Formats: sequence, C-alpha cells, structure tokens
Amino acid sequence: MEISSNDPHVACPYDDHHSCPGPGPALRLAATTSFNNSGLSDVLLPAIKMDTGIDVQLLVVGTGQAIRLGQAGDVDAILVHSKTAEEAFVSDGFGTHRREIMYNDFVLIGPVQDPAMIKTSATAAQALQRIATAEATFVSRGDDSGTHKKELALWSEAALEPEQFGAWYKGVGSGMGASLNSASGLDAYIMADRASWLNFGNKGGLGLLFSGDPKLFNQYAYLPVNPAKHGHVNAEAAVRLEHWLTSRRAKDIINKYTINGQALFIFNSQP
Amino acid sequence: MVSPAISVCLDSVVVKRRGKTVLGPVDLCLQADGFTIVLGPNGAGKTTLLKVLHGVERVSRGSVQWSIPNAQVREAQAYVFQSPIMLRRSVRQNLAYPLQLIGIDKAEIASRVVDWAQKTGLQDALDFPAPRLSGGEKQKLALGRALIRMPKVLFLDEPCANLDGRSTREIEELLYDATKAGTRIIMTTHDLGQARRLADSVLFLMNGALHEHGAASKFFAAPSTSEAQAFLNGDIIE
Amino acid sequence: MNEIWAGVQEAFRLIFILDADLIEITLRSLEVSLTALVIASALALPFGTWLAIRRFRYRRFTIAVLNALMGLPPVVVGLVVYLLLSRSGPFGVMGLLFTPTAMIIAQVIIITPLIASITHQAMRELWSEYHDLLISLNTTKRQRVVALIWDGRRTLMTAALAGFGRAIGEVGAIMIVGGNIDHATRVLTTAIALETGKGDFALALGLGFVLITLTLVVNLAIHALSRTEQEGTW
Repeated sequence: MEISSNDPHVACPYDDHHSCPGPGPALRLAATTSFNNSGLSDVLLPAIKMDTGIDVQLLVVGTGQAIRLGQAGDVDAILVHSKTAEEAFVSDGFGTHRREIMYNDFVLIGPVQDPAMIKTSATAAQALQRIATAEATFVSRGDDSGTHKKELALWSEAALEPEQFGAWYKGVGSGMGASLNSASGLDAYIMADRASWLNFGNKGGLGLLFSGDPKLFNQYAYLPVNPAKHGHVNAEAAVRLEHWLTSRRAKDIINKYTINGQALFIFNSQP
Repeated sequence: MVSPAISVCLDSVVVKRRGKTVLGPVDLCLQADGFTIVLGPNGAGKTTLLKVLHGVERVSRGSVQWSIPNAQVREAQAYVFQSPIMLRRSVRQNLAYPLQLIGIDKAEIASRVVDWAQKTGLQDALDFPAPRLSGGEKQKLALGRALIRMPKVLFLDEPCANLDGRSTREIEELLYDATKAGTRIIMTTHDLGQARRLADSVLFLMNGALHEHGAASKFFAAPSTSEAQAFLNGDIIE
Repeated sequence: MNEIWAGVQEAFRLIFILDADLIEITLRSLEVSLTALVIASALALPFGTWLAIRRFRYRRFTIAVLNALMGLPPVVVGLVVYLLLSRSGPFGVMGLLFTPTAMIIAQVIIITPLIASITHQAMRELWSEYHDLLISLNTTKRQRVVALIWDGRRTLMTAALAGFGRAIGEVGAIMIVGGNIDHATRVLTTAIALETGKGDFALALGLGFVLITLTLVVNLAIHALSRTEQEGTW
C-alpha cells in the first residue's frame, strides 16, 4: 500500500467515535478460498490494519468450514458466499446478521479446443448441458464450499443431476486452487471464480470459455458471530470491521482491484 | 583397608529354572580369605553358584548368609564376566564409573583411576574408547574396574577363557596381588593349569551338586570322588 | 523439468534477498517443531528407556500400542486436537485453536510415539549389553536409566532427529489446528500447500527446497554440536 503516514489518525476515514484506529486485538475472519486466491485479501488486510488498527487473521477455508468455524465460535466473523447457508446461520442464532459486501462472478473454464462447444452457449445452464451431453471431463470442487454449492445449483438449473453422472464428472474434494490444478492436469472443464482463475499460475491448456450470465454472479456477505452465543468473540472489532468493509474507502479499493486490467469484484454494499 | 573380612554360608540352596534344578541343594561355608577355584564340567552349575553368591540369582529354596549385614554385602563384592562388558565410554570413564555410583569425590576418583590404569597397563589408553580395546585389554580393564572399589570378595567367571598366554599371565598377576591385598577371590575356570597355579581351595561341582570342597593341594593330589578323579584325568564325565 | 529448475531459482532468490515473509515462516517452522521436539523428547526418551528396562504386566501390550501409535495419521491427530481445542470443545476456554501452541500440541502427539518407539528399540539392545554389569554394580533404577540414556545418546539423537524430521515436514495436522493464518500460524509446509493451491509451483518448490535445506542444516548442526561423528564407532 502506498499509504505511508506514521500517524494512523490521518488515514482514519471516519468521524464516529468507535472506528478510529488503536492497537486493537486480532480479529479472526474465516473467508473463502476465492477471496484469498484472488489476491484481494492481500490488498484489503493491510488497509484495514492501517485504518482501524485491527489485525485481521484470515482463515482461508471453504464456505462449509467457515460456517462451522463460526458456529463453534472459533472465529469472530465470516466472509462467505452461499446465501442459503448464510441465512440459516443467522436464523439459527450463530450470526447477528448478514451484510452484503460485494460480488464477483464465476466463469467456465475448459480446454481451449472446447470439445463440448460451450463457447457459443446462450446461458450457463446451456453450457453445462452441452458438457453433460458430450460427457467431457468436468472437475467439481466437491467440498461443500460456496463455489461447489453454486455449481450444484447451476446443474439443477440445467435440469441435470450430478449424482447420476458417469466417470467424466470428478468431484475432487479440494479447494479452488487444487481443483484448478486437477482440471489443468486432466484437461477438464471446471467452474471457477474469475479471480482465482486469473491469479492461477498453472493454466496449461485451459482457457476461459464462458462467462457473463447473471446466474454466475456470486454475492459475498459478512456475518459477525453472535456474542450472545459465544461470549469470547471480539464483537467490538467485528463491528468496526463491518463498518470499514461497507465504507467508501473499501468501495474504492475493491472496485479498483484488477488483474490484467480486469476488475474482479464489484462493491454493492447498501449503507 | 579391606578388613573386616567376610565369610559366607549357603544353607541347602536350590536354584530352578523352568522347573529344572540347575543347582543344589548346596550346603557350603567359605572362609573370609583365600583363593577358591570352582571346577566342574560344562553345565555343572559353576556360574549359577557364583551368581547365587553375588546375589544376582533368584534362589528357589534355602538361604545365603553373609557375616556382614545384607545392605553392605553387594557393595563389598565385584564380579568379572567371561566376556567383558565395556561401557561405551573411554577407559578412564569405565574405571571411574563404579566409584561415581557410590558417590566418591572427584579428586579421589581421579587418583584411583590413574593408579589402576597403571596396574592394568592401560595408562596410555585412558582416553581411548573402551569398546575398541583388544580382548586382553578389555578383560584387564574389567578386572581393574572390579578391583577399583577394593572389594572384599571378587567373583570371576572364566576370565581368561578367550585370552592369549600373555594376557592370561597379566590377569593372574593382578589376581595374585589382589589376594595379597586381602581380597577374597572365587573364580571358575576350565584351565586346570591355572587352577593349580592359583587355588588355595577347590569346589568341584557336577550336575548342580557340590561333590568336593577342600584344600587345593589335597584335591589335586588325591581327589576323594571318582568323578573328580576322572575330571582331573581329562575324561569326559556326564 | 522447467518447473523444478524454476523452483531452484526461486529458492535461491528468496534466500538471497532474505525475503521477510520467508524468514518469518521459516523461524516459525523452527520454533514450532523444535519446541515440539523438546517436549516430545522429554516425554519419550525416559519413557522409551523405562520401557526397555522395566518388566511389568502389560509391557508387551504397551509396546504394541506404542508401535501402532507411531503410524498415527497426522490428519486424524489434527482433527482430534482441533475438536478438543475448538471453542465448542472441552478445552475451548483456553482459546488455543489457530495458535502456534495448538500446532505444537499436535506435533508433540504425532512425534512422541515415534521417538519413544525408536528409543525403546535402541535401549533394549543397549540394556541387554549392559544388564549384567549394571545389576552386578548394584545400580539403582535411576542410575541405570541415566547410564543407558548417556551411553545411548547417539541413537537417541537419531530418534529425536527422526521426530524432528516428521514434525517439520508435517502439514496435515498443523494445517487443521493452525489454520495457516498469515503472520500468525503460517509455516513452511502450509505455505507450500497454499502456493501449490494457487498453482504457483515455482514458489511452492522454492519453499520446499528451503525446507529441505533447513532440515539438513538442523541435522548437521546437532551432529556437529554433539561431536558424534568424531566419536566414531564404539
């Protein structure tokens, strides 16, 4: 970061009393792989530290595990992208509320020769149908992550049932990066978030084949863990972090974050 | 220094291993001084007898009575094995070890170690790893390590079984000096010549039973049992 | 081949520029694994030795269990420690999950049986060699354990180094209980897993070479310190 002020107050963008920096304790945030693999966390975390003094300790896990960590009270807040699971998390009393922060989008990756010809599909559902018809090798996260859940939702949108697929459908049970490695090795199709794909270093014979269907948009939400359920959580810092994540400054950083000139995340938090 | 001398009596001692009697019943009293050689064919129970006297063999029946309290008996004894057991340390540390165990002060240990290194001819090998000594040197070191505590009783189990003539003579000289200094020695051997050279008295064992016990001169001149006679003649006896 | 070469170059680059992150995670790797090693050795060396010289009723059973524990899958250890230390677990109030302490606990559990088992085997051999002498010299139990540990220190060091190697190279358990948090619980192995996940094989491999070098350096350093090579063959 280019902010180099020694006086933290200069960088403090807020007027209200509880948002200004101090030597705050660490806050544990469970966030999804894509948030970290995209490189956005590397930009956001130092800015958060600079502005609020909060030392965010990032646990990079799948949405499924992030929610479990929140339920157990092992983290102070979670940043995930699986609306149904998030709403259940709040209604079960584990989280105080759900705050939408930003979205990114998923893309369909595959061998550049595109044997299933998904490039010309009109919708994501149609692209998946073509892959299934061609029985082209497809790598699925298979790890109960937000991305995995999204993929399953798209298959059902396409009126298909992955459990009935043949050997061409491979659930690898790994994170985004490891799954991309598998797809690269198998020359397979895979659904990935755009950020992880752009930052991925082992593309091999793979290319971005389909994107842009609004169905592929992916909403990130921030959920503080309920201090009424887990008294030890750092609720004060969690509130301040939420404040920061929904601020103008966060908006600027998130919207301006690009890889190869492509914007990855779009800030859409409502005040 | 070595006095008061101690004597021992065995009262119908029996040692059994896996239900088989390997020694006894033995009734025996040994006086406080002298050099006793234990003779007998293989499997006669010689080593077992030594271990019973040393107190490291479980006695199935009977008792062993020393003339001094039991607590002091073990400290007054030393034992030299047929194949010397070397600690994986230097010669110096091997000699010092028995003294360290009983908490003798360092200066005293150092001077006694040097003294015994000289007596055993190992003064130039003090910092040499003991396990790398020759067979004869190892046995001399083992003997020095046994004598360094100035035991009242010393047991030796075939100490010269694997040694050449020169080492055997050096060991015998050390043993002779030790008896003169008042150490009671009880030793097994297969070497009848050695037995004749060293023994004051002889114990003759066969099949775990004590057949003869008496002065060496009398035993070698006229053994009272035919088995002992056969043994001295070099016959195979069973 | 190109990737391996790139990894070697990356390793040299990272070491040459004294990359701050690299130094941090390397020191943390060392801190966690050496602490685990010290604790595990303090438990395993006396226990393995005691097991070699002591006869008791369930000795064979204990040894069998110990040997089985040697093959404990680290991932399972990690999971169990995780569940124990989780805020909703029995030791949750201590707040140890996702800290270096949690990683040390997991590593101690993984390497203690290994060190104890190797110790037991080595000590059993030495004990059968020393048995008659130490009994004859009327040593106390404590004196026996001390003599065996001292004279068997070379093999014990091998046991400890085997434990260290397993600890510092382990990823499954510490990933789960440490969480691979940047600047808090990230160590060499979890960083390698992370970079592999990002498809950055050069960096991952570079870190791998650093890890191997580190293991080698620690081994050589310990050997040099204890001068075992000069003492030669006993």
